[in-house]
Amino acid sequence: MNTTMERLSPWLFTIGMFVLWELACRIFKIDTFVLPAPSQIFQAIGQYWLPLGKNSFVTLWTTLAGFALAVAFGIVLGIIVGWSRTIYRGLYPVMIGFNSIPKVAVVPILIIWFGIGVVPAVLTAFLISFFPIVVNVATGLATMEPELEDVLRALGARKLDIMLKVGIPRTQPYLFGSLKIAITLAFVGAVMSETIGANSGLGHLMVQAGSNFQMPLVFACLIGLAVEGIAMYAAFAYVEAYFTRWAFRSSMSAAA
Amino acid sequence: MTGSVDIANVTLTYRGAGGGVLALKGTSLNVRRGEFAAVVGPSGCGKSSLMKLVTGLVSADSGEIVIFGEKVRGPVKIAGMAFQNPNLLPWRKVIDNVLLPLEIVEPHRRKFRREKAHYRAEAEALLKTVGLEGFSERFPWELSGGMQQRVSLCRALIHQPALLMLDEPFAALDAFTREELWCVLRDLWQKLGFTVILVTHDLREATFLADNIHVMSARPGHIVMTKRIDLPRPRDLDICFKPQFTDIVHELRAKIAEVRKA
Repeated sequence: MNTTMERLSPWLFTIGMFVLWELACRIFKIDTFVLPAPSQIFQAIGQYWLPLGKNSFVTLWTTLAGFALAVAFGIVLGIIVGWSRTIYRGLYPVMIGFNSIPKVAVVPILIIWFGIGVVPAVLTAFLISFFPIVVNVATGLATMEPELEDVLRALGARKLDIMLKVGIPRTQPYLFGSLKIAITLAFVGAVMSETIGANSGLGHLMVQAGSNFQMPLVFACLIGLAVEGIAMYAAFAYVEAYFTRWAFRSSMSAAA
Repeated sequence: MTGSVDIANVTLTYRGAGGGVLALKGTSLNVRRGEFAAVVGPSGCGKSSLMKLVTGLVSADSGEIVIFGEKVRGPVKIAGMAFQNPNLLPWRKVIDNVLLPLEIVEPHRRKFRREKAHYRAEAEALLKTVGLEGFSERFPWELSGGMQQRVSLCRALIHQPALLMLDEPFAALDAFTREELWCVLRDLWQKLGFTVILVTHDLREATFLADNIHVMSARPGHIVMTKRIDLPRPRDLDICFKPQFTDIVHELRAKIAEVRKA
């Protein structure tokens, strides 16, 4: 009884929110131009499903492309940074500085360099999402138990052996934890870039619909973004749980 | 003097932010091949530094360390180590944890993939001698603390090291498990005949297991007394309640109380 309620509650709350929204729009007679009711938004989704689908797909693949670059680059840089204290100390201020630049400020530069299109979106997604991956991978390596390192060094292990046998595997929970965060950031980056300058993607469609005063379509785009964001987050939360089961051991401990 | 572990007049300073700390000063120690040696002393006396020196993980400021005829210059490859914390890798099954050294030490490293079945059988046999038969496919976190420490011992011994270095390996266990593991270690040592240097706070543990007990002074550490334990072998846990045994423990205790005050 309780567990079924618990399983259903996310759905109930979501539906409840839409119902409240619809009621509010009707009772207070809110103008469609200010806040369209869910019924109007879903109608718009039905009407514009083809452009919505096409542009969602563009946003999806630009996000994933930027994210893939961020993962590859983030892991390599994270290992380099975690490898030695000197590199860590040297690179850290530079990375903090880079990360504090709001990426919105970088998008116009990317557009000047690469023109309007998907490239700035991919690069913005990459730039905004690699940082948490680097930090997490580096942290995972830096927090290795010194005794374990001693055990291996006393066996004649080189630094590379220690990294391959212990460092990199033990970084996995940190890495997969950061992927969840990075994918949502990449998504934000891609959409942001699309709203500033692109000729496809959900961000672009939203800006276009806005300038045509099609508010239900703008909100349809928002819903599309939310759905896509949830789906990507869920996918990487699953990947994390699958690959790092050993790190979530407390619920499974047996034999004493 | 080949065929033994020789630590001759070793001095070691740790350089830290607040200046150097003299950890060991003029420490000398001799352990015959196949001997079970224990090092006891007040806390912070540099016992763990001694471990790192012997395995070549840190190098001494002065003095010389020779293991079985070979001067220690870098990390020695013939030593197995176990610490208070079992330090098992949680993503590896018990058996793969035990096999870890073989993936690193030559000549096993080269043959590891080809002869995996053979090595697995060896690891299974070793696990059986410490009473962990049937646990090889479990993950470390499914095991109790005492069982994990047994796995850690197996990992330290799988590559048949000539020298086993133990740094308070049983300190975190409850009294019953600890005594159980004393017997496990005693049996392994009698069966395999390696040389042991056991660093411990527990005087009963040292007396029960060791041939010779070396007492260290407070920092900077050096050996102030070496006590030969002549209790007959094989030793049983009952021996811990015999007067000769308790006399030795009392004597050691008095000596440590004395060096702590000094």
